[in-house]
Amino acid sequence: MEWSPIILTLELAVVTTLILFALSIPIAYWLASSKSPFRGIIEAIVSLPLVLPPTVLGFYLLIAFSPESWIGSFFYDVLGLRLVFSFTGLVIGSVIYSLPFMVQPLQAGISSIPASYREAASLMGKSKWQTIFKVVLPNMKSSLLTGIVLTFAHTIGEFGVVLMIGGNIPDKTKVMSIAIYDEVESLNYGGAHAYSLTLVILMFLILLIVNLRKNKSSKFLT
Amino acid sequence: MISIEINKRLVSSDQSFDLDIEFSGENAQIFTIFGPSGSGKTTFLRLLAGLDKPDNGKILFANEEWFNSKNNYNLPPQERSIGFVFQDYALFPNMSVRQNLEFAMKKNESDQIINELIDLVELSDLMDRKPNSLSGGQKQRVALARAIVQKPKVLLLDEPFAALDDQIRSKLLFYLKQLHEKYQFTIFMVSHQLSDIYHLSQQIICLDKGKIMKMGSFEQVFLDNNISGKLNIFGEVVSVEPSDVIYRVNILSQNNLFSVIVTEELQVGDKVMLATKAFNPIVIKVENK
Repeated sequence: MEWSPIILTLELAVVTTLILFALSIPIAYWLASSKSPFRGIIEAIVSLPLVLPPTVLGFYLLIAFSPESWIGSFFYDVLGLRLVFSFTGLVIGSVIYSLPFMVQPLQAGISSIPASYREAASLMGKSKWQTIFKVVLPNMKSSLLTGIVLTFAHTIGEFGVVLMIGGNIPDKTKVMSIAIYDEVESLNYGGAHAYSLTLVILMFLILLIVNLRKNKSSKFLT
Repeated sequence: MISIEINKRLVSSDQSFDLDIEFSGENAQIFTIFGPSGSGKTTFLRLLAGLDKPDNGKILFANEEWFNSKNNYNLPPQERSIGFVFQDYALFPNMSVRQNLEFAMKKNESDQIINELIDLVELSDLMDRKPNSLSGGQKQRVALARAIVQKPKVLLLDEPFAALDDQIRSKLLFYLKQLHEKYQFTIFMVSHQLSDIYHLSQQIICLDKGKIMKMGSFEQVFLDNNISGKLNIFGEVVSVEPSDVIYRVNILSQNNLFSVIVTEELQVGDKVMLATKAFNPIVIKVENK
């Protein structure tokens, strides 16, 4: 067993989770409070990765990321980044793939905050952002935790999208799920076991910590 | 001077009507909005605060325009200088009582007012507690203090004492009166309780289905002829026993039961005022059941 797929997987999950956290707060806030007729459309688009086969998403991303497409050429010409078969490409793919796992818990959390909290804050002269960071987010900690954990775990477990746009390049795009597949293909079950067991233990520990924390905070609330 | 001339279509599942309010009054007064549920009282407060937008009309407060549909002007709630005590108090659970008060403070203000308010509504023992550990009356006091921290020009109270028992409510009325005397804001309060209104309010606005039915002092609104009673008690008829040509009526006022003889037939549930003039108790119906 090599360490690089494990480190790469954790790196990808951490970066994706951080980006999605920052990105999802405004999206979730808008979805929870907007009365715009486009709300339904945006909500459907955000949820699409939940139901779409990862290979479909991966296929379209592969086409979009290729240097022939305008997205791929923009990233390559302007920013000097190659998206296909690169870590940057994996991050962008994972952000899109895991979007609903962050947005949906945040949206539910924001909706569960009574409207009067936000109204009270705005009558105190607070801006929308002050209200979000001082009042809304601190009162939905369990939703934040759910969003972060789901996104993190979901990114660690992704396979289809990574395989389509990342391929299997050691140190660059060979994450654990790919490494397991690779080991099984070359009939090296021992290696597959090692990666798989690492993932099982890692996931179990994450869930355990989350549940312990949740029980603790719910005790405080009552 | 506050001058309001607004119109808004209210649509709910069982009825829809136009909220149509034309009203002007002096600053620093206490106005009570009285009326059956679903008559637009809370909406009226929300329109004043800028939390909802009227369809048409204008709102002027002390020569400052808050809303005018003609030039599409709508001053955001942040800039209206309004303290609002919500029905659910809206205290922030993540902050202690002191933090709740501090959050309401304007930038660069001294916390002098916080210390003043803590004394006035007796919060010093609760400062480090979180709102979820407070009783209803305590929460109400914090909400009241928090609404005043920013020294608002207008204080809006949505059924502030609805869920509280009589002892606590009379104490809160006392606090509110004191605060009003000290800070001289204009108060608009939604209330169902005649006793609260009587003790507090200088002007009563009776709303029904979005229209102002009556407006004026307590006597003008609730009593047809002025009674200069020496003792006025408000209560509700709890039982009526006919006996020959008179009726024995039991009246419950807060926690006191009065048994009186009347000649007019009253219904159980009628709101009445019990007044003694010289040695004769007089009972006057003030509101039909």
